[in-house]
Amino acid sequence: MPFADPVTEAERLMTICNACRYCEGHCAVFPAMELRTVFPNNDLIYLANLCHNCGSCYHHCQYAPPHEFSINIPKTFAELRAQSYRRYAWPAVFSGLFERSGLASGAITAVSFGLLMLLSLGLVGPSVLSARHLGGGAFYAILPHDLMVVLFGAVSLYALGVLAVGFLCFWRDMGESPAGWVASAPFARAVWDALRLRYLDGGADGCTYPQEAPSRTRRWFHHLTFYGFLSCFAATSVAAFYEYVFGWEAPYGLWSLPVVLGTVGGMGLLIGPVGLLWLKLRSDPEPNRRDQFPMDVAFLLLLFLTSLTGLILLALRTTPAMGSLLVLHLGFVLGLFLTLPYGKFVHAIYRFAALIRYAIERSRPVPRTGQE
Amino acid sequence: MADMSREYDVLVAGGGNAGLCAAITARQRGASVLLLECAPRFFRGGNSRHTRNLRYMHLRADKIMTGAYPEDEFWEDLLRVTQGNTNEALARLTIRMSADLGSWMTAHGVRFQPPLGGTLHLGRTNAFFLGGGKALVNAYYRTAERLGVEIAYDTEVHELNIQDSVFSSAVVLQAGSSRKVKARTFVAAAGGFEANIPWLKESWGEAADNFIIRGTPYNTGRVLRVLLDKGVKPVGDARQCHAVAVDGRAPKFDGGIVTRLDCVPFGIVVNRNAERFYDEGEDFWPKRYAIWGRLVAQQPDQIAYVIIDSKPLGQFMPPVFPPVVANSIRELAHAVGLAPDGLEATVSRYNRAVRSGTFDPTILDSCGTQGLDPPKSHWALPLDRPPFYAHSLRPGITFTYLGVSVDEQARVIMADGKRAANILAAGEIMAGNILGKGYLAGFGMTIGSVFGRIAGKEAAAHAVR
Repeated sequence: MPFADPVTEAERLMTICNACRYCEGHCAVFPAMELRTVFPNNDLIYLANLCHNCGSCYHHCQYAPPHEFSINIPKTFAELRAQSYRRYAWPAVFSGLFERSGLASGAITAVSFGLLMLLSLGLVGPSVLSARHLGGGAFYAILPHDLMVVLFGAVSLYALGVLAVGFLCFWRDMGESPAGWVASAPFARAVWDALRLRYLDGGADGCTYPQEAPSRTRRWFHHLTFYGFLSCFAATSVAAFYEYVFGWEAPYGLWSLPVVLGTVGGMGLLIGPVGLLWLKLRSDPEPNRRDQFPMDVAFLLLLFLTSLTGLILLALRTTPAMGSLLVLHLGFVLGLFLTLPYGKFVHAIYRFAALIRYAIERSRPVPRTGQE
Repeated sequence: MADMSREYDVLVAGGGNAGLCAAITARQRGASVLLLECAPRFFRGGNSRHTRNLRYMHLRADKIMTGAYPEDEFWEDLLRVTQGNTNEALARLTIRMSADLGSWMTAHGVRFQPPLGGTLHLGRTNAFFLGGGKALVNAYYRTAERLGVEIAYDTEVHELNIQDSVFSSAVVLQAGSSRKVKARTFVAAAGGFEANIPWLKESWGEAADNFIIRGTPYNTGRVLRVLLDKGVKPVGDARQCHAVAVDGRAPKFDGGIVTRLDCVPFGIVVNRNAERFYDEGEDFWPKRYAIWGRLVAQQPDQIAYVIIDSKPLGQFMPPVFPPVVANSIRELAHAVGLAPDGLEATVSRYNRAVRSGTFDPTILDSCGTQGLDPPKSHWALPLDRPPFYAHSLRPGITFTYLGVSVDEQARVIMADGKRAANILAAGEIMAGNILGKGYLAGFGMTIGSVFGRIAGKEAAAHAVR
């Protein structure tokens, strides 16, 4: 059910929830709510991003629809989060990409692939592209080293910069001191809470996801996705280290650290996203916003396909198909990085910022709002 | 879909905490069990879905509770609130058997958490359900389904075939048609009659039309009525119910916890005639809020208004409905529909009577009135700092005390003193045996859990015998 104004709706919900508080043990949202008696717009955005969408507060709510109070926090907060993603998109002209995530991801990835293919064909020619290349520097025979460094370096920096702008704007609006997020103890706590997905468990036996029965499945799939991503990132970092410190050029041996990290991470990025998609398709439509599926699905598919093409490339890298597979894989990587700041990935940025703020709030003395 | 054409070992009427405990226990002992819930699936669980904690005896602090709560202290608490309106044998049985509830509930899917914000005073005696009563109800339904308890929603027990205090079958209503369900034993766990306004009118007259029912609209007391009509011995005061003052704008049914108002000790309460009628500062609110339902019920039109000024804002749990706000007492009277002269007179009389003291909401402080009738004994500060705020108050009915008499095996007792062979009762329908008066936080769930388990055990033993 779409409502005209999720901010007004969220304020109504928080007023009722604050008089009930039964959900306080499920996650960080409700303890954060209890620190407040009024809910200005920016605080609602903070609470919405603190919400991990575990669904417990919906399935355990005596006031959920069809009750006349019609309390549905996960759905309302999902809408508020989507609003905040658009609000903090930079440059603002790209904020519309969030609403057309599927189309945008597909088109940007296709263009990336096309561009790389044209560059390869133009710079090294079709016969080199379709030949076998073995040994150190084989990948640079397909796309020259400097081109790769400049292109991927620039795109990575762009993505990082945009995400950083989003983080800082979000932080500014939350009203904490500008450099407050670097405070060591709350920052460390937020990192720890994020790394173990502390609040993706409903406070005990797991999320009530995809249906009412608590389950830890989603957290495991999310871990596979997240640590798979991290492992692939580590593989790239180690490879860069090998190249620039030791002068060893890719491709590396099957048991080399970059290949092992990339393969393990790649497996995580195959299983995790597929698992999350599988759960998503079975999820209860009431607390979950189906209209946000395109954004979620686009990101998961991009992760999956980036990993899949990477693993196929690894398997066939000694064959003449290597050239085309490399271009295809890098096309997906480029598409993934270009769309990173305008899709589902940003949830990590704002949720992490919200976790830091929560850790800061919890480190302060709690105001007393009387007894009931 | 439950098969209602076969004969079950155990038929449970009511799908709240007590009925679920009975169904689970009976099924674990090998009985075939059919549980009938008259609400649709979403509203299943009766008033249990509005609860949030339960009290159980424990000899030392555990993971959930901060200190020991031994049998004698528990019993004294009960004796105090009931003023002796209790059956000591059943009460002590309940208390003793509550000792293993924490582990039993955990084993059947219920999770606990530390006391909620604003309820620290219950942290030693009461265990809070993670996610509240509906989470508990959901967990029990999952457990019951996994064990093979058959469940039928939207199904109301309408009649019982009882001959010589022996149950043989029930007539149930489902989707507008009635049918007979046979079973070897019957467990009545269908709650009280607090949602049955015509029945409430038998004691309260037309005033009952203005009552707000805090819990489920499905507690119509049908099973209780039938059992009493069939000659079961009643227990508890038929004319009494537990009532608190709730926000006058609360929904007629099912408003639950959020409609309570905690600002009474910080202001004054007037009736429709803009007159005060009771000491708002008599004692701490958690100890006194249960009497205000009755107080408001005795006022004309069963309505009252609590009025505060700006000073105490932020010192009580935030109310769910926004207050009426005005910059003067006169405007406030207009806004809520009270006589402006009358309210001004009441407020100025009160303000003049306030004696200076040291305001402290955490103790019975020295701020009281002098020469005022009724007095305000504590936390009396003049209403002088605008804006002024008003909330309307109505009686909010929590539960009724009338029930069926039971013995230690949860068997119902007939008017002639005979024990029914195969009719058992658990939960609110028999709580009046133990809690004949007053209120003890989380004790209703204790009675329901203990007697649910007893009833399930006895029912299975009788049916499988």
